[in-house]
Amino acid sequence: MSTDKLAAKAAEAASSGDPFIFMFTVFVLAVFIGFFVVWSVTPALHSPLMSVTNAVSSVIIVGALIAAGPADMGFSKVMGFAAVILASVNIFGGFIVTNRMLAMFKKKPKKVEAGK
Amino acid sequence: MSESITGFAYLAAAVCFILALRGLSSPESARRGVGLGVIGMVIAIGTTLADPTVMSFELIIAGVVIGGAIGTVVALKIEMTALPQLVAAFHSLVGLAAVFVAAAAFFAPEAYGIGVLGNIQAASLIEMSVGAAIGAITFSGSLIAFGKLQGVLSGSPLVFTGQHALNALLGIALVASVVWLVQSNDPNAFWAVVALSIILGFTIILPIGGADMPVVVSMLNSYSGWAACGIGFTLSNTALIVTGALVGSSGAILSYIMCKGMNRSIFNVLLGGFGGEVAGPAAGGGGEGKAVKSGSGDDAAFIMRNASKVIIVPGYGMAVAQAQHALREMGDLLKAEGVDVSYAIHPVAGRMPGHMNVLLAEANVPYDEVFELEEINTQFATADVAFVIGANDVTNPAAKTDPTSAIYGMPILEVENAGTVLFIKRSMASGYAGVDNELFFRDNTMMLFSDAKAMTESIVQALG
Repeated sequence: MSTDKLAAKAAEAASSGDPFIFMFTVFVLAVFIGFFVVWSVTPALHSPLMSVTNAVSSVIIVGALIAAGPADMGFSKVMGFAAVILASVNIFGGFIVTNRMLAMFKKKPKKVEAGK
Repeated sequence: MSESITGFAYLAAAVCFILALRGLSSPESARRGVGLGVIGMVIAIGTTLADPTVMSFELIIAGVVIGGAIGTVVALKIEMTALPQLVAAFHSLVGLAAVFVAAAAFFAPEAYGIGVLGNIQAASLIEMSVGAAIGAITFSGSLIAFGKLQGVLSGSPLVFTGQHALNALLGIALVASVVWLVQSNDPNAFWAVVALSIILGFTIILPIGGADMPVVVSMLNSYSGWAACGIGFTLSNTALIVTGALVGSSGAILSYIMCKGMNRSIFNVLLGGFGGEVAGPAAGGGGEGKAVKSGSGDDAAFIMRNASKVIIVPGYGMAVAQAQHALREMGDLLKAEGVDVSYAIHPVAGRMPGHMNVLLAEANVPYDEVFELEEINTQFATADVAFVIGANDVTNPAAKTDPTSAIYGMPILEVENAGTVLFIKRSMASGYAGVDNELFFRDNTMMLFSDAKAMTESIVQALG
């Protein structure tokens, strides 16, 4: 099945208003985007790719913030607090270590077109 | 903030994350990409904090400060050779965070608008279970991967009879608990899902050997994405769904590339048991009786100085010995003598995808001197010297010629086509796959028996 057809079909279903179908549409399209974007990543940068995907997957912190947000203390708030800590470790750690790695990738000092 | 503005903000965050990954298509645009990733994260967090359900900020600020401080310190201190462990540890945190968020949503569903405690919609319960289960598997599986990479656990695969039956049983029990949860809304069912998934994570990863960790780490990377997706569905949050899907497919593609680099299917890797420490009868004394030419650092220096083209093949042994800096020094000295020096990287060299590239970059090797297998493999025929440091299986011609070999069909770096092959190895022991390397006994091969770093340093001394 072609991507376009799939997208068109999904979009049609999405317009019918079922929120699950809408989210599922977003999901499937995002998988396709991920597929194409990741194949274009140069193999030399696969380690930074892993650490940056790790950092961005910590966007799960949005769920943790909602849990930690209510005024009253409770089990869910404690869970949310713990999740905020874990996700923050990843956000800071993931972006910083990615940046450290990328900062090390340098070209040859002189612009010599050798080795091609 | 109105609902549609919130929706737009999450969409903007998702677009930033897509561009962050897109940036990695070249080292020049990569750092800008990471900047966009940070912006996306700030947008997502800011939007959520503006949500009216978020009313108290003390715990949130405390959590971000504590977590942020830990993450910053760890990320700044970590040695680049320890990256695979670090990434595994980070995956386990994402997994655990997903479990916690799912638990929070289960016990306070009102905050997420998915029902009331004890009466949550079935669809939300299923999404929540998917997030919690994959999160828990990611958590425990990554802990094992971390242990194996860090050397806390033995890197050899742990295999026992009935293993696959046990995993299948656990899987069935897991599905049954999800059904139980959907039908009863019982908190015990929720915890059963989490507990079974944690056990499943252990039993899935334990049988997989240390050198298959590139696949495992990529796979867990993928899982952490799917877990985020599951939570995203529960929360009806598009940023989370898009990001989870991106990360999920990214990890899946990396796993695929790693498997292809070993000519093994993902199932073969997952079933485990490959490459034990006592693998194969040939492992120990395989080389006896055949003559091996060995040499010193001076010999190696002499050969390379008189070469016009040298290709360096680094492997995990270089990382273990921390030899990358000495190696770069050696390359510089050779270049000063007019020798053409380049580096050849096998897709599965090291313990995570791209590990060798990062280590060489750390040692200031320019990335335009470093080549992937397909780019450089034909060059060995015109090279005078192939300098293999800490790699073994990925150069073994048996992968092309011997259908009975465990590594048959694996793409290899064709170092045998070079004029002379220099092999730094500590001993004649076989590589991870437990397969003898016939290259050691060839006439044009010289073995340099030593620690990778000590030998490289002695070559540097002889050159200088």
